[in-house]
Amino acid sequence: MAKRDRLSGNEAVAVAMRQINPDVVAAFPITPSTEVPQYFASFVADGKVDTEFIPVESEHSAMSACIGAQAAGARTITATSANGLALMWEMLYIAASSRLPVTLAAVNRALSGPININNDHSDTMGARDSGWIQLYGENNQEAYDNLIQAVKIGEHPDVMLPVMDCYDGFITSHAVENIELLEDDEVKAFVGEYNPDFYLNDRENPISVGPLDSVSHYFEHKRLQAEAMKNAKKVILEVAAEFEKLTGRKYGLFEEYMMEDAEIAIVVINSTAGTAKEVVKSLRAKGVKAGLIKIRVYRPFPVDEIVKALKKVKALAVLDKCDSFNAAGGPLFTDVTSALYGRADGIKVINYIYGLGGRDVKTDDIEKVYERLADIAKTGSVGEIYNYFGVRE
Amino acid sequence: MAYNLKEAVKRPERLTGGHRMCAGCGAPVVVRTILRAIKPEDHAVIGSATGCLEVSTCLYPYTAWKDSFIHSAFENAGATISGAEAAYNVMKKKGKIKGDIKFIAFGGDGGTYDIGLQSLSGAMERGHDMVYVCYDNGAYMNTGIQRSSATPTFADTTTSPAGSVIPGKTQLKKDLTLIMANHNIPYVAQSAPIGNFKDLHEKAEKAIYTPGAAFLNVMAPCPRGWRYDTPMLMQICKLAVDTCIWPLFEVENGKYKVNYKPKNKLPVEEFLKVQGRFRHMFKKGNEWMIEKFQKDIDEKWEMLLKLEG
Ligand SMILES: Cc1ncc(C[n+]2csc(CCOP(=O)(O)OP(=O)(O)O)c2C)c(N)n1
Repeated sequence: MAKRDRLSGNEAVAVAMRQINPDVVAAFPITPSTEVPQYFASFVADGKVDTEFIPVESEHSAMSACIGAQAAGARTITATSANGLALMWEMLYIAASSRLPVTLAAVNRALSGPININNDHSDTMGARDSGWIQLYGENNQEAYDNLIQAVKIGEHPDVMLPVMDCYDGFITSHAVENIELLEDDEVKAFVGEYNPDFYLNDRENPISVGPLDSVSHYFEHKRLQAEAMKNAKKVILEVAAEFEKLTGRKYGLFEEYMMEDAEIAIVVINSTAGTAKEVVKSLRAKGVKAGLIKIRVYRPFPVDEIVKALKKVKALAVLDKCDSFNAAGGPLFTDVTSALYGRADGIKVINYIYGLGGRDVKTDDIEKVYERLADIAKTGSVGEIYNYFGVRE
Repeated sequence: MAYNLKEAVKRPERLTGGHRMCAGCGAPVVVRTILRAIKPEDHAVIGSATGCLEVSTCLYPYTAWKDSFIHSAFENAGATISGAEAAYNVMKKKGKIKGDIKFIAFGGDGGTYDIGLQSLSGAMERGHDMVYVCYDNGAYMNTGIQRSSATPTFADTTTSPAGSVIPGKTQLKKDLTLIMANHNIPYVAQSAPIGNFKDLHEKAEKAIYTPGAAFLNVMAPCPRGWRYDTPMLMQICKLAVDTCIWPLFEVENGKYKVNYKPKNKLPVEEFLKVQGRFRHMFKKGNEWMIEKFQKDIDEKWEMLLKLEG
């Protein structure tokens, strides 16, 4: 039986953590994710969970402790943002390559410098190739739902990879919204017990983790890791189907909004999708065939599915809340265009970098993007590919 | 039961032979002595920072560790093992583990005094029931003998070379054992593999079986970095102790105890002259270096005796 409530994104994620009741949580404060370990510490203090909470002295140690705990046989969760995630960098790769399904609530915030506490995606986008599965959510409900699914996805024997539950700092983390929560026992049953085959704390069957891997084996291990990421796609969909049965809420690799007959479309991640959907609605009312794709699963990247969804589009804009500093385009743009290449050639694609450091995203801005797409669709002339909106030039 | 080497070595080895540490290296001797202090019925989860010990004992698909072992990175053995210990507490509470598990992290001086100091400090301050052991060989040996904050003054390393203008390392060695003692943890000790290993064995036993966080700083000479003949390992440790360059002491619940006070305190030259890294100190005109080294060591020794009170 679902319960209705009104919670901020961080509170919803903390509630999900309480319901998951992980063995270990190790975390360090940083805005805007701090509230997650704060709420959780009070659950620990009030005896509402069985978890060992490790108030580490840095995010590097947070991820290191998560690695030690998960390898020892514990289900482990942490949360961070921006510089905290950057400080974890080294350990993100080690968690993934050690095939430890740690779960991380990644509350998206602009990465320093200059230091800025507001939302963009430069933190998790930088970790896109660290070997972590990345789920993105538009609002509190999705942040909550994704965290619960993350645990089950990562721990699947065909996957065994760490998972990030990414949601927008402040916009999602601090805004209070209506939300439907699962019952505690429903979550407990959904995630099940964590019973890894091999773990350090197994007295009967000692193991060694993290060996020096030489030329003769390293490549094979990385190849297996790559295969696990491929397997993840299927598992993500299976877990989503099971979650839908439980909640009625449908999740896929991405959300298609009015895409069926769309001629112009944008691809976007997280909360901006909410704003953009409003624009699509008003354009549709005027008879414009506009559509939108909101990415949920960014790693693994759903190449074939995206191509299928975009095939009939004439002009497409990819919106990146993060710059790549490659003088060519943002990370999502690069991934979408490389997916289309050779599979759906002829679609005109442009890129917009927007919203850096928390710059407001207005419906006006997005309307202009669609206007330009309509023009490209009509004339066939693309013009500048790598663009910005909302910035003073 | 009183310590007896003959009895102690009857316990099964927890770090097996066949690892790739150099002949004459102190680290595996230190590790094996410490692991012998674990009760045979207890399981251990052992961590190592990146460094010689780790790269020589756990090379896929082999491992020299009979217990569970984890290496994750260079600067985080403290945090990694603290996570495993936290996992144990929960799993034990949930009835998933029967019997006891002991948690021990090893790090070289680079991984402990320098890059891993924060992670170590955090793990100790939080009071995890674990032992952190620094095997101090006085430089980053694995990457080719670069200086660390544990390198003694004047030592010739690849990043503090003894040149014609700069005479090796110019700074003093960091006092890590005292820093750890000031973490107010129940047990901190400094030791070395000497004689019948009684000092190290007993300290390891105390560290492992004292509830809460414990820290051991153990001298572990390196024949390549220190440039001595490999059979001299034990002799060098003895000289370090007899010159008071590496005093044996422990701090139990804040109380200092110097475990060994040489009746005949040897001059520092005795320790320095058998090692190639200090050779330049014996050149004509460099007498001041030995004088300064002696003065520094004397001051440290006096300070330690005062701490003992
Ligand atoms: C973050 C990071 N920086 C640098 C290194 C390279 N590195 C590996 S081992 C090592 C030196 C280890 O020295 P120490 O801790 O004294 O142990 P030893 O090798 O002397 O036993 C260094 C610099 C690394 N692995 N990781």
